[in-house]
Amino acid sequence: MSLPAGAVAMVDEAEAAPVAVADRPTAPGRPRRKRKGRLDRHTGLWAAFFLAPTTIGLGVFYLWPVVQTIYFSFTSWGPFGGHTFIGLDNYEAIFQDPQVGVAARNTLYFAVLGLLGLPVSLVLAATLNRPGRKGVSAYRALIFLPVVTMPAAVAIVWRWLFNGDFGIINSLLGSVGISGTSWLSNPDTALLALAVVGIWSTVGYNMVILMAGLQSIPKQFYEAASLDGAGPVRQFTSITVPLLSPSLFFVSVLSVIGSLQTFDLVYVMIGKTSPALPQTRTIVYLFFEKAFIANDRGYAAALAFVLLLVISAITGLQFWLQKKWVHYA
Amino acid sequence: MPSAPAVTGGDSRVWRDRGGRVAAHTFLIAAVIALAGPFLWELLTSFKTLAESTKVPPTVLPEDWHGDNYGEALTGIPMWKMLGNSVVNAIVRTLGQLLFCSMAAYAFARLDFPGRRVLFGLFLTVLLVPSQLLVIPQYQIMQDLNLLNTLTAVFLPGMFSAFGTFLLRQFFLALPVELEEAARLDGASPLRIYWSVLLPLARPGLIALGILTMIWSWNDLLWPLIVTTDTANMTLSVGLTSLQGQFQTDYPVLMAGSLLATLPVIAVFVVLQKHVIEGIALSGSKG
Repeated sequence: MSLPAGAVAMVDEAEAAPVAVADRPTAPGRPRRKRKGRLDRHTGLWAAFFLAPTTIGLGVFYLWPVVQTIYFSFTSWGPFGGHTFIGLDNYEAIFQDPQVGVAARNTLYFAVLGLLGLPVSLVLAATLNRPGRKGVSAYRALIFLPVVTMPAAVAIVWRWLFNGDFGIINSLLGSVGISGTSWLSNPDTALLALAVVGIWSTVGYNMVILMAGLQSIPKQFYEAASLDGAGPVRQFTSITVPLLSPSLFFVSVLSVIGSLQTFDLVYVMIGKTSPALPQTRTIVYLFFEKAFIANDRGYAAALAFVLLLVISAITGLQFWLQKKWVHYA
Repeated sequence: MPSAPAVTGGDSRVWRDRGGRVAAHTFLIAAVIALAGPFLWELLTSFKTLAESTKVPPTVLPEDWHGDNYGEALTGIPMWKMLGNSVVNAIVRTLGQLLFCSMAAYAFARLDFPGRRVLFGLFLTVLLVPSQLLVIPQYQIMQDLNLLNTLTAVFLPGMFSAFGTFLLRQFFLALPVELEEAARLDGASPLRIYWSVLLPLARPGLIALGILTMIWSWNDLLWPLIVTTDTANMTLSVGLTSLQGQFQTDYPVLMAGSLLATLPVIAVFVVLQKHVIEGIALSGSKG
């Protein structure tokens, strides 16, 4: 799986730690210099020993493939696997391909809809986090359950819930007088239905991250606000939200990155022959079709690289926007 | 539920607190129904006959509990074989990551060697690259190694992880250096220090990484879908998609199959819930 720019933010903080740790032992007058010198000769060898498996594995399966994908993106693939260098032709084709335009729009729309789940996660986290709340771990476990459940299996279940004729969603809607539709095969509603499942499967994850953030807010703030007569709603908007903004930022970055890479839900919930496929086909789904069904690997590689650039750009934009709303204590 | 006595404040205070509590629990219960409800519906449907499942309006409880759907799901795809594949995939990837990531993490956290920063920087770039960018070359590598359509191809790349290395390095950095120095004075080698001093102390980190890796290996779809074509080599998550093709409209069988595929991970989650949630809160990201 790919990774959250947020992880990198964590790295920067951590970077300070090893320096401090490493500096401490070299305090003057300590008789450790000699011993350290003796170790030094072997340290390089030990480091090589400890690092070899992961370095080789990441090099072969992750770093080298990045280089190769970029190279492939400038090539055209014949039917039997040979490829020829064609310069920027794939990129030109991507920008002229209406299918890519639609997939990009679907993907962005999906990412925006996905963000609508964040307020739900936030209110859930705040409600659960009140001191003395009973049943916290049971609630948390049940709300978290969708996060750990296999997306392929989840998608099958939701197909059934969304079924136009026999699905429980339509019969619940029917009981309040709303007539539903065939959610997943209706091109107008299919993407919305996928977004509902996307939100459903990440609400618990975001909630857990936000609960961890809430626990780091000092209780005194609430006590003081309470003495000043601030009610729960006021406390939530004036204390919780601003102090939680770093965590909110982190989950919103993760949510967007995750949505931009959606594949499983489309693959399992929308059939290959569904009339709604054009309206739900995401960039990664299109990539999969091009690379492993149409065997157009050069084009697919270029598409993957464009996706990387788009993800970087959007994440960069989020980092730039954070100055406007994220408060670090 | 016993209400906590309000120490200060009059009746209105008591009422407001109780009202707030009721509202909070009502909201939480509604959320639980929305989030866990689909599982319950899946369970109930898996015991209905096809005819009953398509009744309008739907019945909630099955009229007679009908277990055949499970039999059909089991025979519709080679479920036991795929279950075995999923278990092997999850275990090998988890053990691989725990060993290799902890070794690399130890080197980054505790050994001062030339080029450490550069190498760590390279590891971090791996964290940032979306997995889709890698699958074409990864597929080619498996083809070149003649591993396509084998279980080895499914688990091999997942045994190495920049994320795991990063997570465990954080853990090692937080452990006191004194213990290690004492061991070094006693003449212990770095291997000994890593294995006997640091690994036992890093248990919470290892458990968190292990559980996350296991869950994500179990649920992974795109990569196993690409590298396996024979049903005998597929993992359950891929197998489910072929079950879906076969029983497109027989929802009770599909519900039974989905439930069987998710049961192991739900069981792991129920038993290790505390660690899973701590691991998530701690790592703040997917592996």
